This record gives sequence, structure tokens and C-alpha cells, in this order.
Amino acid sequence: MRNFVSERAAGIPPSGIRKFFDLVLTMEDVISLGVGEPDFRTPWNICESSIYSIEQGVTSYTSNKGIQPLRETLARHLLQRYNLTYDSEDEILITTGVSEGLDIAIRAIVDPGDEVLIAQPSYVSYAPCVTLAGGKPVPVECVEEDHFKPNPDTLMEQCTPKTKALMINFPNNPTGAVMTQGDLEAIADIVTDHDLLIISDEVYSELTYEGSHVSTATIGDLRERTITLNGFSKAYAMTGWRVGYLCAPKEICEAALKIHQYVMLCAPVMGQVGALEALRSAEEEKNSMVNEYRLRRNMFVAGLNRIGLSCHLPEGAFYAFPSVKGTGLSDVEFAERLLKEQRVAVVPGSVFGAGGDYHLRCAYAVSRKKLGEALTRIETFVSGL
Amino acid sequence: MDEKDLELLRILEENSRLSAKEIASMTALSAAEVEARIHALEDAQVIRKYTTVVNWELAGNGEVSAIIELKVSPERDYGYDRIAERLSRFRQVRTLRLMTGTYDLQLLVSGKNMQEVSRFVSEHVAQMDRIRETATHIIMKSYKENGNKLFSEQEPERLPYSF
Repeated sequence: MRNFVSERAAGIPPSGIRKFFDLVLTMEDVISLGVGEPDFRTPWNICESSIYSIEQGVTSYTSNKGIQPLRETLARHLLQRYNLTYDSEDEILITTGVSEGLDIAIRAIVDPGDEVLIAQPSYVSYAPCVTLAGGKPVPVECVEEDHFKPNPDTLMEQCTPKTKALMINFPNNPTGAVMTQGDLEAIADIVTDHDLLIISDEVYSELTYEGSHVSTATIGDLRERTITLNGFSKAYAMTGWRVGYLCAPKEICEAALKIHQYVMLCAPVMGQVGALEALRSAEEEKNSMVNEYRLRRNMFVAGLNRIGLSCHLPEGAFYAFPSVKGTGLSDVEFAERLLKEQRVAVVPGSVFGAGGDYHLRCAYAVSRKKLGEALTRIETFVSGL
Repeated sequence: MDEKDLELLRILEENSRLSAKEIASMTALSAAEVEARIHALEDAQVIRKYTTVVNWELAGNGEVSAIIELKVSPERDYGYDRIAERLSRFRQVRTLRLMTGTYDLQLLVSGKNMQEVSRFVSEHVAQMDRIRETATHIIMKSYKENGNKLFSEQEPERLPYSF
């Protein structure tokens, strides 16, 4: 029998932390800082409105684009909150999480052979999604000295005639870096000069702790060359609901919609109902969660620096990205031994691509009590090296 | 009163037993400044006192509490203030509020048992001048007190790793 697995699928590298996953399942009393999701429950008003809608029989397919009230409320929300102008009819598409949004955004714009720049360290799915679309992922390393933001010179060096797009994610998973207005302006000219499109994954936008989030599409003329991706998972603790959205100029949005209607049809209706309720009445709940993350961040990052794992202050998301260079261990060795010896799970930074070596991604979306205990265990581990 | 003070109040309201050092690490203030700010808030009586939310049912103490609604004739020049303050002085009265709606004052009263609560209401409250009507509602079970749920919830299961 021949091997039925496609070369494309076979060519995608397996997850870098499979062995950690298997190991952690055999252990007890592990504090996991490896989880990229909020530890809060979804605010009850959101759950309640979705439960009610199910009771009312709202359980069918929706319009491919997503339910109209959600798109309209979202359009108003994006304008008020981020000064983004998107038409609810033609330029907003409700997706099954940002993961789907990423996939269809890439497939809507990438032809075989196109190069796509990826600002790294980055979320793990970016490069595989580009590969699956027949494109070539090209990492743009964001180094610690630049606070993990793309350096305009490095960016320029990576541009070739084949470059089609640039993928960025700020606030960033895994580094917590945030792009200011000035940072975005510095790359805007390069993007325009090379006639590129930006895929801007802003799923952590609400988790911005210093100042307010600047959306890529609000910079200069970038709106016409930006696909904005966002969702409800991180801000409203709604990871399992699978609701995100894609915003882009009409032609691009239409192309993405075509793919979406064939591969996904629509985002789950109960998720969309919950998302609508989130926009209408979960502002307070969201703010109190964001505030709690800020306190944990301050406490955790101060603790890491005290222990000797130098860590810049992440300005967004809920990840600390300390360096382990001083310990003489690689990030993979450190993470593996920390798990085995002190039962604290973290993700080695190299999993996130270029620039992640010798760093750890520690999610502080766990209770302060657990964070304190994790710090104690990490300190014990580091002092025993 | 600035943003930092409000942040301290929110932290303390949730857990007043945190040390100044712990609060300092969360707020990026120095421990000395945290202490100074808390003292100032205490002096200004913004912080009234530090207390504990107890699940008395679990503690097996079995206190009985009741909500008492009072219709009161307000007093010339003083309105409800004098009678409300008079009622407040009773140890048994835990909470007292002036309300809109069909009655005027709402009391939360606690006692060792039902008899003690009833005796307090009939002997001390109902007989007081200007009280026109009382209605006593015994609390059967508390599910949430001052923002704190008194029932246990399972922690939702999460994957050990996710990206």
C-alpha cells in the first residue's frame, strides 16, 4: 500500500513540545505556566445569554459572514475602541476563532511561491499555515535588544520581489511585546514601498497594560493593505467558544469569505450569541480580568528578575519571556529539567521560532497563589544549578 | 486619592491579609509607599476596618440571621437619621440601610437562634416610637456574601500546554 499522507502534511514539523505534553500527563502536582488561555471562567452574563438562546432553539447555521447584530455591534465597537472603520456588511467576517481567520487570510492572499515574512518569535501556527497554502514562510527575527519588535532594517533586508505579506502579532505571544504608534509607523513605509500586505493578529489587544492598543490599520494608508484579525478568546475568557473575526478591505474580505463558506460555513451560532453579549455587557468583567493580569504580571516579573532570570516587562498579553542565558542551560534543557525536578511546566522559547532561543514562555494566567508557588520552585531549581 | 490608591483598595478588598511587600510587588510601588498609602487611607476612614468573610454554616456555629423591613414615620428636621442611628447602636443589627420602595429601613439582624432574633425584633425594634410596621424574613441559606460565593465550584480543566 502506498503512503497516503500528502507531502504537504508530512512536511509540517511536529509540535516542538510533544514530549513535554506526554511527560506532564504522567506527573502530579504540576503547576503549569504553559497554558495560553485565561484561567477565568467566561463571565456568567455571556454564558447565560448563550444558554437562553439555545433554549429558544437558536441552534442552526448562520449567514456565512456571521449574524448581523454581531457584525454591526462589532463595527461600532471597533470604531469606538480602536478607531477602526470597517463596514459590517462587506468588510467584517466572523470566524471560528482567530485560528481560522489566520488560515483563510493566508489562503486568500498567498499564491504558490509567494514569500510571507513572519515577525518571530511568533504563534506556532503562522509558518505551517503559510506552508499549507503553498507559500514560503520567511522569519524576521525580533531580538531582545529591540524589545522583541521587528527592526525596520532587518525587515528591509528580508524583502525580495517575491515577498507578498508580513505577519505580525502585537501584543505578542510569546514575548508580551507591544507596538506603539511610532513602532508601526517605522515599518509602514517599508510595507508600502515593497507593496506588501500586513496580516495583523491583534487577539491580545485588550490585554494592553501601558497606554492603549494601537491597531495596525489605523496607521497612515495601511488600512487598504491590512487584514486585521481579532477575537473574543483572550479578552473575555472565551477560548472554547471559538469566535474570532477578520476585517479587511472589501475585495480581500470577499476572497476570505469564499474560502470560509466552503471550509467552515459559519462560526458556531451559540458562540456568536455569546460574543454579542460580551460586546454589549461584559466591559466591567473584562476590565477586572485585565486588572488582575496586570497585578500578576508585576509580581511575577519582579520575582523572575529577583531570581536572576532577566525578564523585560511585557506590556501586553499574559506571558513573561525571561532569558535563561545566565544559567548555562538551553531553553529546552531548562524547561525539561524544571518540569522533572520542580514540577513547573513552561514552554521553551525556541518553539516560537527565530529569536526565541534561550528564553521561556511563562503564562501568568494562573492564580497569584500558584504564581507565588511557581516562583518558589523556580528559585529552588535555579539556585541548585 | 489617585489611581494607585484605588488599586490598593481593590487589592485589599479582595484580600486584606496580603503583606505590604506582596502588594508592593504587584503594584510596582515600594513596600514603604504601600504602607504609607494604606495608613493615609485608614486615617481618612476610607478603609473602615479589616474583616473576614466567614461561612458560619460550615463553621457549625449556626447563627440565625434575618432581614427586617421597617416602615417608619420620618421625624421633622431629622427625617430617618435619628431613628436609624438609634437602631444602629444595637449589637444585633449588622447592616442598616434606608431604601426606596414599599418600606423605609432594612436591617440585617443576627442572633444565636430564632428566639433571640424574634425577641429582639418584638421587644426592641417593633416597640420603638415612629415604627409603624415590621416584617421579618429569616435567612435560610446564603449563597453569596459581599461578592463572595459561598458554594464551591470545580476548577475548570485546562490542557497542561496550549499556545
